[in-house]
Amino acid sequence: MMTPSLFEMQREMRQRREAAVKRGVVGILDIGTSKVVCLVLQFAPNLNTEPSVSGHVTIPSMGAFRVIGVGTTRSRGVRFGEISVMDETERAIRTAVQRAQKMAGTRVDDVIVSFAGGRPRSYGLGGEVQVENGEVSERDIGHAMAACDVPPYGEDRQPIHAMPVAYTLDHEAGLSDPRGMVGSRLAVDMHMLTVNDTVVQNLLHCVGRCDLEVAGLAVSSFASGISTLVENEQELGAACIDMGAGATGISIFIKKQLIYADAVRLGGDHITNDIRQGLQVPQDVAERIKTLHGGLLATGADDREMIEVPNPMAQWDNDRRHVSRSDLIGVMRPRVEEILEEVRDRLDAAGFEELPHQQIVLTGGSSQIPGLDDVAARILGRRVRIGPPLRVRGLPQMASGPGFAAAVGLALHASFPQDECWDFEMPADRIGTRKMRRAFRWFRNNW
Amino acid sequence: MCAMKYADPAPSLLRYRFERLWLKPSVRRTVRLWLPLAVVAGGIWMAAHNPAVQGATQQGWNALRDTVAARPELQVDTLEFPDVSPDLQAQIQALVPLDLPKSAIDLKVADIKAAIETLDAVKQAEVRITGNGTLEIRALERRPVLVWRDGSMLRLVDETGHKVAELARRNARPDLPLIAGKGADAAVAEAMKLFETAAPIAPRLRGFVRVGERRWDVVLDRGQTIMLPENGAITALRHVLELHKADDLLNRDIIVVDMRNPDRPVLRLTETAIEELRRLRAKVRGEDA
Repeated sequence: MMTPSLFEMQREMRQRREAAVKRGVVGILDIGTSKVVCLVLQFAPNLNTEPSVSGHVTIPSMGAFRVIGVGTTRSRGVRFGEISVMDETERAIRTAVQRAQKMAGTRVDDVIVSFAGGRPRSYGLGGEVQVENGEVSERDIGHAMAACDVPPYGEDRQPIHAMPVAYTLDHEAGLSDPRGMVGSRLAVDMHMLTVNDTVVQNLLHCVGRCDLEVAGLAVSSFASGISTLVENEQELGAACIDMGAGATGISIFIKKQLIYADAVRLGGDHITNDIRQGLQVPQDVAERIKTLHGGLLATGADDREMIEVPNPMAQWDNDRRHVSRSDLIGVMRPRVEEILEEVRDRLDAAGFEELPHQQIVLTGGSSQIPGLDDVAARILGRRVRIGPPLRVRGLPQMASGPGFAAAVGLALHASFPQDECWDFEMPADRIGTRKMRRAFRWFRNNW
Repeated sequence: MCAMKYADPAPSLLRYRFERLWLKPSVRRTVRLWLPLAVVAGGIWMAAHNPAVQGATQQGWNALRDTVAARPELQVDTLEFPDVSPDLQAQIQALVPLDLPKSAIDLKVADIKAAIETLDAVKQAEVRITGNGTLEIRALERRPVLVWRDGSMLRLVDETGHKVAELARRNARPDLPLIAGKGADAAVAEAMKLFETAAPIAPRLRGFVRVGERRWDVVLDRGQTIMLPENGAITALRHVLELHKADDLLNRDIIVVDMRNPDRPVLRLTETAIEELRRLRAKVRGEDA
């Protein structure tokens, strides 16, 4: 069974994050397919600490942070948001961390990591329990969560997020925090997100090899949603499409809770590859053409706008090829449409249409292609906007584009962490039996 | 296809670890502050314990001192004795060899003062270098008030009992009273008072003898002695003087007036006086018989 170990690990990460925030410096590490971003956050000493509802689970109200260091480097050895070459990735992480540390002038020991891959899969769980003492306490919530029947999500997968979405107390539904309320039956709706175990283990190992401690894990689509969806959208229901280089993440929020997350294993790299194949140019040139001249809506003027393409077979200097911009658009558009159609299928499968408010926000590096909003509106058919992430204090202009949505979201997540299942006290019987079993095993192994 | 080779921007693991270590405040402080301090302190310590360095330092120091001492501003070339008697001047010059001119740095004024104050005749000395290269020595001389015969020695003694000078003959200072006996110098003050009190019989006074480091005998001419008690010697002497005034006591044929018990004065007569007394008594008895 992997679940208990991850449960303990998550709890440990949570403690480490709280300790790091208390100490004042937390690192953010977003491992993407095209780049690795490291942010160094400095937290102000708890200025506005509100006494939490109960002593056990603290709701840290430590919003006052500023970014004091940013390090970005081209990612290597990452495919589809997953590590494919450990050494290369490790080096990329080292580069980014070193740059950020240099800028911040402090050492980073604890990092919160986000990644796009691992084929996230969402599950909605429900659990119901009798309230013990009339008043709902932490214990009751823990019991209710423990009472959720977990579907068999596969041996090779692990839950990475397990967040209570809404509570129902007796007949009152849609409560966000029932602590202290009076009732008899407490039901909880939980959203659980599982990812591939191997991917997570590789990631943890890789970060560990850089002498860093992991103080939290998050799926990057979730983090992007936090940073790009404005409060109203998060409250009323919206989807965030994080178009990265290797994977396109989808996250749906309602009532400020993540209710669905998914990822399409297509992204900006595929567009680059198409250009590479279609125009017969090397990878770096294709990337450059995509960034400088790329677009999705062809007009008449684009037929006349010629893009100079270096000829790999050139015999002399002025042997150049020219490609019109409409040709480039013709190469790029089908792939973008494919990605968006895939996203639409996932949204439909998730029941996004049933939400009261259906805002779609596009973000991520690939969302900067001109004309994407038109194409997206045509395919996704709803209100679409392209959203750079929220501005946070101290973030340089260079790192405030849509490509940094996940990193910024992770920073926000670090300052306002959401309650996760492992923050609550689990029923003693489960932990007790496991401890007993472990003790028994130790006894058997050693005697 | 031009394959351009980019340098790997990633730091090596060693470099990465080193930079992280360097970012630790404690490590930075150690390397930047404590390590240089330790090196400097160690260097100083080793240099201080190196005999060659010590010698060189000493030499340099001495040379510097010599150059400073050779400055004309610091030269002391004259010696002055304002109000010091010529006799004492000679004593001082014999005691403290001052080969002037000399530098003010080399002159140990305090030592000179201490040396001068070891002289018996000097009560208090004052030695100073004045601005214009002059060494000025002032000495407060002790004033002799008594002559003390200590065994075969004759000494002049001041009012505290301190020796001032030696005296060859008693006649050299007939104006000063004579004291004798062991421990007499410790009770000079009392002797002086006795001398004052004994003013009416001054022409007959030979001196005072300290007996048993305890009490005084007043010695007069004709071998007469007044034995005074340990306490209240002055009163006892006055008592004797009153008796003398009234009955002309001391001019009579008496050797000793014993006042050791002030309540009961005892007279010791001479041999002739005793015989005369017996004769007279016998005569009185004969007449009676």
